This record gives sequence, structure tokens and C-alpha cells, in this order.
Amino acid sequence: MKRARFDHRLLPVMLLVPQLTIIAIFFYWPAWNAVHSSFYLQDPFGFGSQFVGMDNYTRLWTSSEYMRVARFTLVFTLLVTGLSLGLALLLAVKADKVIRGARTYRTLLMWVYAVAPPVAGLIGVALFDQNIGAITDLFAALGYDYRLGVSYSDTALAMVVVSVWIQTPVNFIFFLSGLQSIPKPVLEAARIDNPSGFRRFWEVTFPLLAPTAFFLLIINITYSLFDTFGIIDTLVKNNPASNPMTLVYKVFIDGFRGNDIGGSAAQSVVLMVLVLILTVFQFRLLERRIHYT
Amino acid sequence: MTATDTAPVSAVTPRRRRLKLETVLDHAVLICGALFMLTPIFLALTTASHDKVLIQREGLQWAFGSETLTNFNAAMFEPGGFTGDITGATMLMNSFILGVGFAVGKIILSMMAAYAIVYFRLRFATLAFWVIFTTLLLPLEVRIVPSYEVIQGMGLTNSYTGLIVPLLASATGTFFFRQFFMSVPEELVEAARIDGAGPFKFFVDILVPLSRTMIAAIFIIMFVYGWNQYLWPTLITTEESLFTLVRGIRQIVQAIAEGSEIPDYGRAMALALIAMIPPVAIVVTFQSWFVKGLTETDK
Amino acid sequence: MAQLSVTDLSKTYPNGFTAVHPCSFEIEPGEFVVLVGPSGCGKSTLLRMIAGLEEITTGEMRIGDRVVNDVDPAHRDIAMVFQNYALYPHMTVRKNIAYGLRNRKVPAGEIAQRVTQAAEMLNLTDYLDRRPSQLSGGQRQRVAMGRAIVRDPALFLFDEPLSNLDAKLRNQMRIEIRALQRRLGVTSVYVTHDQVEAMTMADRIFVLNDGRIEQIGTPSEIYHRPASTFVASFMGAPPMNLLSGRGTGNGAVALDGGQAVPVPLDTESNRPVLLGLRPEDMALDGAGPIAFDIEIVEELGAHRLLHGRLSEQPFTVSVSKDTEVGTGPARLSARPGAVNLFCAEKGHRL
Repeated sequence: MKRARFDHRLLPVMLLVPQLTIIAIFFYWPAWNAVHSSFYLQDPFGFGSQFVGMDNYTRLWTSSEYMRVARFTLVFTLLVTGLSLGLALLLAVKADKVIRGARTYRTLLMWVYAVAPPVAGLIGVALFDQNIGAITDLFAALGYDYRLGVSYSDTALAMVVVSVWIQTPVNFIFFLSGLQSIPKPVLEAARIDNPSGFRRFWEVTFPLLAPTAFFLLIINITYSLFDTFGIIDTLVKNNPASNPMTLVYKVFIDGFRGNDIGGSAAQSVVLMVLVLILTVFQFRLLERRIHYT
Repeated sequence: MTATDTAPVSAVTPRRRRLKLETVLDHAVLICGALFMLTPIFLALTTASHDKVLIQREGLQWAFGSETLTNFNAAMFEPGGFTGDITGATMLMNSFILGVGFAVGKIILSMMAAYAIVYFRLRFATLAFWVIFTTLLLPLEVRIVPSYEVIQGMGLTNSYTGLIVPLLASATGTFFFRQFFMSVPEELVEAARIDGAGPFKFFVDILVPLSRTMIAAIFIIMFVYGWNQYLWPTLITTEESLFTLVRGIRQIVQAIAEGSEIPDYGRAMALALIAMIPPVAIVVTFQSWFVKGLTETDK
Repeated sequence: MAQLSVTDLSKTYPNGFTAVHPCSFEIEPGEFVVLVGPSGCGKSTLLRMIAGLEEITTGEMRIGDRVVNDVDPAHRDIAMVFQNYALYPHMTVRKNIAYGLRNRKVPAGEIAQRVTQAAEMLNLTDYLDRRPSQLSGGQRQRVAMGRAIVRDPALFLFDEPLSNLDAKLRNQMRIEIRALQRRLGVTSVYVTHDQVEAMTMADRIFVLNDGRIEQIGTPSEIYHRPASTFVASFMGAPPMNLLSGRGTGNGAVALDGGQAVPVPLDTESNRPVLLGLRPEDMALDGAGPIAFDIEIVEELGAHRLLHGRLSEQPFTVSVSKDTEVGTGPARLSARPGAVNLFCAEKGHRL
């Protein structure tokens, strides 16, 4: 903290009040409500509620549907994170290497960042559409009958592809800036010590990039869990029936469609714990990152 | 020097050739990547230039047609939706209000909070910092239903206030400005104090001008982020006159899913393009600020 | 009446660390006072207390006849030049200099006139519309000075203002600052860790160590009659030689390594003392009373430094460039009046 500070008492409080008020009303209060109602069973007609202890939670663990959604979320997260990180790393390494057109490539590879997930989802709907989709046509040419919204795995594929498409740019930006911030003399020393470009990358460049990669790993997991909501919502076309969905989407569906307030609240609390774990992880890594640089 | 430059001619030539092949490969990979990024948008653009019947019959179009203006015109100005009192132009307007309100509000609130935490002797500064920090643990997605109930209880659904204000708390913004303020040399505050500047003057005359680049970078990121908000507008706005473009996408998808008539993909793609043009334009135009802001905020 | 007077002033941080022990002093109008000491000695804290940037724990401080303990820095009628200049990077030179006046609601016409005057004095007229980033280190230093003089303050405070400049520029700015201060006649307090700056610029030097003022005096007093071993070794390069020994009771000191050196005052028999001799107060003298073993001759151009041992204790002698010497045994004599004696336990002058 700073040595030189102002001595006013009221002013800093007034500066903090707006943000703290918003946090209290729109973060703490709803979060508290979620925790609270996760221990209650709401009457379906809205007349009162009854304390049921951990029932809402045990209901989750024993629900085969919830566990199926959880499993899908895990696979989905792994696929999206792995694919978008891998693709972004490959592109960033190449973009860092080429001299000609480096700026153009950078622009072309990053601008999709600005596309909203549901807009991407809508384009995905068109691309994977049963009648008109270009990718559907491609599958047909390969002899596969692709059915978005009908086949579980087909819908899942569309979700993964669209999510990777929209997540790759941000990873690319971070990897590229990570690569560019590696001190040139280190790379020059490595060139003198090691003639193989491939080994140089894995033995020198990548370890130096590892802090960025760790950080992105967390960001991508968070993204796959939460920010894909818009993509999933558009791709299942508001019709979740037999389609794959993530835990977040299920909270939404159960809360607004199913009228299962207690169950939805318990799901929210599970997600809060998940975010807590991810954040703790992120900060542990952040500390290490500081040591690294 | 001259000896090393001229002598090993035989050694240099094959090396050059190998380098060239490598460069070609590098470019090939990058071009494939760029195509992966571009093709979907290109298809959206070409498809948006065709009539819905043709699209329905022949699928997505790879070549430009003649209906571009018609489709964009329809997306922009023809009333759509269920009640028919919303056009693309209204949604565009709402998107701008959300994007700008979101970005400006977040910047103001987080600068104020960071200023209080860094520059004042405040007993509960650490507590305030942690309270702001905990918002990271409570993203909207984990508290969807109770948040909606709170807003509904306050009667703020279907209002710009309800749409924007609850989103304005920003841990990342506050951290970012805190970090930046802490990097401002202390002597500057001391010099300003000796020059007779109080906390307000110091903020306005010195700190804000010094933060200009940072503010611009954050503004770009937050504007895009606000413009692209989906879940919150979906919950809060049910009146179509308050729809943003991104929120409007949901309506289009629903219309397509109902399938009662031929889905108008030409118009839908036109609207999708309208929804992405402003944020994309800003990101591309202010690329270096954007990259700087992004890589430095999230770190 | 003194321009700045301080009574029993001290500073203790909330964590219990005492940065400045209670001290009292007065600074006369027009005087140039240098606070010198190693880093962490409390000199900057003392200066910042005068500026009002650091709270006063105990004691009283007056600027002119006004008690300023609780007066805001802006209202103390002081100006300060910072180590990193602390120029506002987004303002032009003109605005940087004018900012303090603008905040004091000085009329625009007068501001313009005073800025022009200050700029002329500092040779900054051609740079008034540039930003600090477009200036050289020396020019930035002058802008910082300009910001201070334009205010016409009762007290000028300098916090190591030259430490970011290269050696050549530092010498030049040293002279400029001193000349300017003479011309304006402003009372000044100048903090530095560089003893050369202290010696060359000061009317009076305050030597600080561990939060205490060890000695206050003119450069000559500080140099020739240091009040303690700390002052003796801190001021002067190379520092004063300090040889440990015991008093003999008959006008000599018996050094620990063997020989006895005559001193001009009676020393209590057997009392442990430190004998202080400046390297330049020693002369090579074939008939001298002191035996010295030269190990290294350091050639400095204008003079030579002879490093070696005197009664098994390290010792340095400075001789003029004309004196031919080689390594090996030699004999020394001390210039009359050059002998300093200190208490070996407490370090104070005897």
C-alpha cells in the first residue's frame, strides 16, 4: 500500500458505497437466498416451504439425470479446453514466428473474440441445420446422417465445435503475448545451445510459457462451465428435452421451467463450491506465476 | 566479418531452402486457422444475401446473391418478434445503451473503489477489498434464480436500471485500477499535495489523465463484454422493446424452432451480422489497446 | 528569528520503529542546510516531516513564527524537489510549473509572468510546451526546480534531487542549485547520502545516523573536528583511518599492534581509544615517528593512495602526485593538529 495517503474519513467511504451496495444487493443477497432455499422444499404452488436439511443435495447425487449432466459437463469441459488451448498454442507459435503478415494474421485470428456466444450459436444452428447446414451436407457426403437437436452426440459435437471456435481467439491472444514477452536473449542463448527447433520449443519456450498456460487452463474451464450458456441455449433451440446440457444450463432450466426452487438452489450451491475451488486454484497458480517472472 | 559472410556458400544454400519450406508450412497453418475463424462468418454473409425460399431449398449459400439489401433492411427496420413492436434498429440502440452503460458504469465504480482503497487511510480497506474480491466467486450463472427473484422483488424487471446496475460491480476492474494506481510513483501524490491539490483535484487533474490508456483499454473490453451479455438480459427483459440484439437472437432461434413457416435464415444471418459488427469493429480498430487491456486485466 | 525551528521532534511509526529520535535545531533565514547520512538514517523522514508528508509523533515545529505540526503540506509555504522529480507526465512543462499556483487561485496573468520568469532563470524558455518525457534528465531536474521556485516559498526542501543524474551532470547541477539558492536567498533543507554534495553545498551540515543527529556544523567543522567515529568515517573519501589502542597517560596512544603514537592531549592511562587520522594529514617522512608498511599504491592522477598496515591495522595515506613511492616499509609523520581521539566504547570525541 501507499505511504502517502489522504486523511479524509467520509470521502473514501462514499467512494466505496456504490460498488459495495451493488455487491450486497445483487451478489450476497441472492447467494444467501440460494444457500438458504437449498435446505428447503418449496411448495409447488408457492405456499410456504419446509425445512428438509440436506435432502435437496442427496436428491442431486442420487438423480441419474443430474449425474448424466455432470458427466457431460466434464467431457465437454475437457474437450473444449483441450482443443481450444491446443489450437491456440499452435497458431500463436506460428504467428510469433512468421515475419510477413504477422499483424494481419493476428487480426484475423483474434477478432472472433468479439462475437457473442449466442450469435455464434445462431451461426452454428445454420451450419449444422438438418436441411440447409453446410456441415450437415459435409457429413452427408461422408455418408453420415447428422441430426442436430435429435441425436445426443450430434448436438454435443456442434456445441463443442462452436465453443472451441469462439474460445480459441482469447487463448491465442494470451499465448501470443506470452511468447512475445519471453526475453529475446533467452531464446538466442537456447539457439546457441540447442540446434533442434522442436526440442527448443518444448525445453525452453514452453516452460517459460507454462505460467500463461496454467492461467489459461483455469480461464478455459471457467469459460466452458459458464460462458457457454448462450451457445448451448441457442443450439438446443430452447428445447432441452433429450439434448446434452451443462450444469449451468440445468440450473436455469430447473429453476425457470421445473419450478424446483430447492433443487435448483442446491445446484447453484454446488456450482458456487466449484467456482471457489477454481478460484483458489487460480490464485495458487498466480502466486507461482509471480515467482516465475 | 567478410570471411564468414562469403565463405560457406555451400552451407548457406540448403539451409535457406529448408527455412523456406518451414515458412511455407507456418503460413499454411496460419491460413488454415484464419479460414477456420473466417468461414462461418463468410457463410453467414453470403447466406444473408439470399432469399429464404432459395436457402431452404438449396442450403447455405457460398456465393453472394442479390437480396443483401432486402435482408438487412428487413432485419434492421421491419418489425419482428411476437408483438411486432421491435425492429433491429431498436435492438441496436438497446445494445449500445447496455454496452456503453455497462462499460462506463464499471469503469467509474471500479476507479472510485480502487482510489478509496489505495489512496486513503481506511480501516476497513482490506475488508472492502475482500468483499469486492468475493464477487469473483459468485458469477451470475451460479445464482441465476435468486438474482432474478431479487430484481423482480424490487420491481426492476424490464427496465434499463435492472438490466445494467446489477452488473456494475467489477472485481477485475477494481483490481486492475488498484494495480495501476499502486504503480503510480508516490512522489506524484506528494508533489500534488504540496502543490495544493486535495483528493478530488488529484483524482481529476492527475490520476484520471494518467489512466487514460488504461481506461480506454478497459472500456473496449467492457463494452464488448456488455454488448455480448445474454443470460442477464434474457432473465430481466421480457418486453421486446427492451431487447438487445444478442437477446433478440434467442427470439429468432425460437421462431426457427417453432417451424410453423419457412425459417428466414437470410434475415436471421443479417441480424447476427448486425449484432457482431460493432464489437468486432471496436476490437479490430483498437487492437493494440484491446490486447494490452485484456492481457493485463486478467493477469 | 529562525526560519525553521524544531523542538524535541521525533517520529515513531505505528509498528514501534523510531525513525527519528527527539531532536531540536534551528535553521536561519537564507541558510542552506544539508542533512546527510547513510540510507535508513532518518534524514528523509525528517525532511518529509518538515514537508508535512509524514506526521509528527512528538515535539513542535515552526516555520517562521507559525507552529505547523498540523498544517497541511499545501499550506506550509514550502516547496519540494523530489528524487524522481515527480513531474506530472501528462502536463507540459508550463503546466507542471503552474499547477501549484493554479491550485492557489493565483490570477492567470500573474501565473504566466511568474512561469516565464522561472523558466528564464532555469534556461527552460524553449521547453515550456514540451512534456517531461521529451526532456533530458538535467532538464527534468530544472523543471522540478522551476515548480519549486515559482511558488516563492518560505522553505525549499530537496530530497536527494541529484541521485538520478550521471556524475558529470550532478557536478554541474550542484553548482547551479547552489547559485540559484544564493540568488533567491531561500532557506533550504537538502537531503543527500553523498558526502561530497554535503561538503560542497552546505552552509551547515547535519550528520544523521540511526535516527539521531550525530553532529551539526559547518563543512569545515564536520571534516576537521568530527564529533564521533561515525561522522569521522562517513565524511571524507577515503575515510578517516581509525586505529584502536590504549591511552598511556603521558601524551601518547599505544596502538594494539605495538607502536606508540604521540597525541597532543593527555589520555587516561589504559583507557581504550580510537585514534583518528585523515589520509591526507599524513606525510611520508624518512625521520617520521610512525612505521607504515605499504602494500598497494593506488594511482588516482591528482594524487596517490597508499594502502597498507600500521601496527597490523589497515591504514591509508594520501600523497600528492609528485611523491614517488613504492611498496614496502616507510615512515610517516602526522601534520600537527591532525590527531583525533575517540572513545572506543561510545565513539564520541575526546
